[in-house]
Amino acid sequence: MDLTWYLVLSALLFSIGAGGVLVRRSPLVILLCLEIMLNSANLALIAFSRSLGDADGQIFALIVMVVAACEVVVGLGLIVAMYRRRLPLDVDESRGLRG
Amino acid sequence: MSATTFGWLILAFPLVGAIVIGLGFRVLPGRSAGAIGTASIGAAFVCSVGALIGLLDHPVEERQLADTLYDYAGAAGIPFELGILVDPLSIFMALVVTGVSTMIHLYSFAYMGGDAGYRRFFAYLNFFVFSMLLLVLAGNYALLIVGWAFVGYASYALISFWYRRDTATRAGMKAFVINVVGDIGLVFAAILLIQQLGATEYLAVFEAAPEAFETNEWTIVAICLLLLVGAFAKSAQIPFHTWLPDAMEGPTPVSALIHAATMVTAGVYLIARSFPLFELAPTAADIGAFVGLATLIIAATIALVVTDLKRIIAYSTMSQIGYMVVGVSIGAYSAGLFHLMTHAFFKALLFMAAGSIIAAMAANQNIDRMGGFRKALPWTCGLLIIGALALSGFPGTSGFFSKDEILAFAAERGGMYWIFAIGGYLAAILTAFYSFRIVFRVVYGEPCKEAKELEGGHLAHAEPENPATGEPEDTDVGFPGPDHWIAERAFPMKAAMTVLGVGALFAGFVQVPGVTEVITHFLEGTFEDSTVENSVEVSEKVAYIGLLVGGLCAFLGIGAAFYLYIVAPGSTLRLRDRAHGVHDFLFHKWYFDELLDALVYRPAIALGRFANDTVERVVVQGIVRGASGGVGGLSATVRTAQSGFVRFYALLVVAGLAGLGAYFLIVSG
Repeated sequence: MDLTWYLVLSALLFSIGAGGVLVRRSPLVILLCLEIMLNSANLALIAFSRSLGDADGQIFALIVMVVAACEVVVGLGLIVAMYRRRLPLDVDESRGLRG
Repeated sequence: MSATTFGWLILAFPLVGAIVIGLGFRVLPGRSAGAIGTASIGAAFVCSVGALIGLLDHPVEERQLADTLYDYAGAAGIPFELGILVDPLSIFMALVVTGVSTMIHLYSFAYMGGDAGYRRFFAYLNFFVFSMLLLVLAGNYALLIVGWAFVGYASYALISFWYRRDTATRAGMKAFVINVVGDIGLVFAAILLIQQLGATEYLAVFEAAPEAFETNEWTIVAICLLLLVGAFAKSAQIPFHTWLPDAMEGPTPVSALIHAATMVTAGVYLIARSFPLFELAPTAADIGAFVGLATLIIAATIALVVTDLKRIIAYSTMSQIGYMVVGVSIGAYSAGLFHLMTHAFFKALLFMAAGSIIAAMAANQNIDRMGGFRKALPWTCGLLIIGALALSGFPGTSGFFSKDEILAFAAERGGMYWIFAIGGYLAAILTAFYSFRIVFRVVYGEPCKEAKELEGGHLAHAEPENPATGEPEDTDVGFPGPDHWIAERAFPMKAAMTVLGVGALFAGFVQVPGVTEVITHFLEGTFEDSTVENSVEVSEKVAYIGLLVGGLCAFLGIGAAFYLYIVAPGSTLRLRDRAHGVHDFLFHKWYFDELLDALVYRPAIALGRFANDTVERVVVQGIVRGASGGVGGLSATVRTAQSGFVRFYALLVVAGLAGLGAYFLIVSG
């Protein structure tokens, strides 16, 4: 199969993820969208790996999964902490670091 | 032991004494601090004699022994060594310093007995002697500067010894500041020497100088003038002299030791030590001689009218140091140093006698209030008269021989140098007059209240007060307490004064023209290469005519004082009224304080104000405020980008990524 279709799908997934990050205000949904973006990159990496017959891309994808898992742990931890402190679960309300 | 080992021991004893007394000031009982101090200086004197004997074992031309303990710094191939030079000049100075210091320590042992700061006093005094010995024994200009600065500090600490007295702390600061001006001159001179010759060791410098410099080349003249600045500040020569009369705020033994016998002669020592440089720069030497002449005459005229007993003697010190400066500047090195020695004896003696009288007057120093102490204080008065005779140059006393030797040398050298002989003899008349002004006012005349009480066996007491302002003072932190000590009632004072009295009377006989010339022969080891001193051979004829004229001057001055104060008492008051312009001029010390005030102090203050009000407020603050304001404004602008909206940041990241992607597409396409 042609590499192009995989890349188009990957780009579509990435755009959906990026759009979700930009428009949604719930931190949980933003986290999900970030996962979509990371996995779209994984798809592109594996597609290139198959196309070139080189295992490096797959190794990259594995590392990205590890990073994604860590990121989810941190992100969910933050969300739980916010919930316990009864902070609004809305990223636009958490503006304590503005200049 | 070799002479250099003794040289190190001379330094070690006073230093150890100062440290022991300084650290043990809480535990040393009673007068033990005084005993330790006196003993350590006495030991240094014994070591000086040991070094002298060691030096005499060497032949004359090998009497310059340098010894180095270790290099304490070195840069650019120039060593700075902790080294001493033991030669006839330094041992001569060490003998004078330790000898007179021992006597003055002995005197202070009793005189300072009633002072709450007894231990502090001896710690300072021992430190001073150590510094002075470091100054005279130093083997290079770097170590000389160290000793020079230590001595300046010791002088400051001792002038301000009674530190609750405002006038004393001010006088200490004045002395210190003026001395630092001199230090700067000395440091610059040393820097120039290092730059030109690459050496600091005396022997190396003196060896290299004649090859490196032409006679009267501007660099060597500049070096010598800078050395003179240092010498003048330390030796209270015009225009750096105003600190010395104020230094009389210190305790009397301090005046005797530091401000008469030893420290103020450091300038004379410096000129004599650097004689090979001054012989290459005759212009600088002549300037030095003229300043000395001006000082000796001006100081003598001021001493005619001052009424504070200690200040009269202080002006007399300036005047006598003027003689020494003239001597060593015109090439009469051994004569100048001979006068330094005799002056140390009779001037220390005069101060000690003055201290005894001031104690009897319950700390009042005004000679207008004194009179008729001859029955109440016979011992003190006898020694005061001996000191005054030696100061006047009365025939047979030590001052007679030493002063005339300088002036005879000036006359023999001839030409322009006649001026120094004439000026010196004129000032000698004034010297004799003011010396006996003290004697006739204090010893003779109607006994004052205190003298009468003392004849009845009661020593005057007064509430502690500042003699300058009359303000009451507290005595718990080191003030002259309620106890006073007069020589008649304290054996150590009596002994010290008697030894110096013998010196003042008979020390002149070691150097009688044509008969005994001990000092000249001894100092040959240092001055044998001098071209000036060796070119002038004072003939016996000139020397004896000089002695005759000197004796006449002394008689003239004493006679005038005798007439004005004894034969026709009160005539000085009429004289003062008739010539009140001159009197005012002299009484205000030729307005030197006011002159320095207008020339240095006020411009410096005005400059400080200008720097504070204009430079600091406008320029410096402007730059600082401008810089901080600029940074603040810029950061306020940039800060608005930090909105706190996470999604806005994400948008920026995505937009940036998209922008980069678009850019790469375009450039690769």
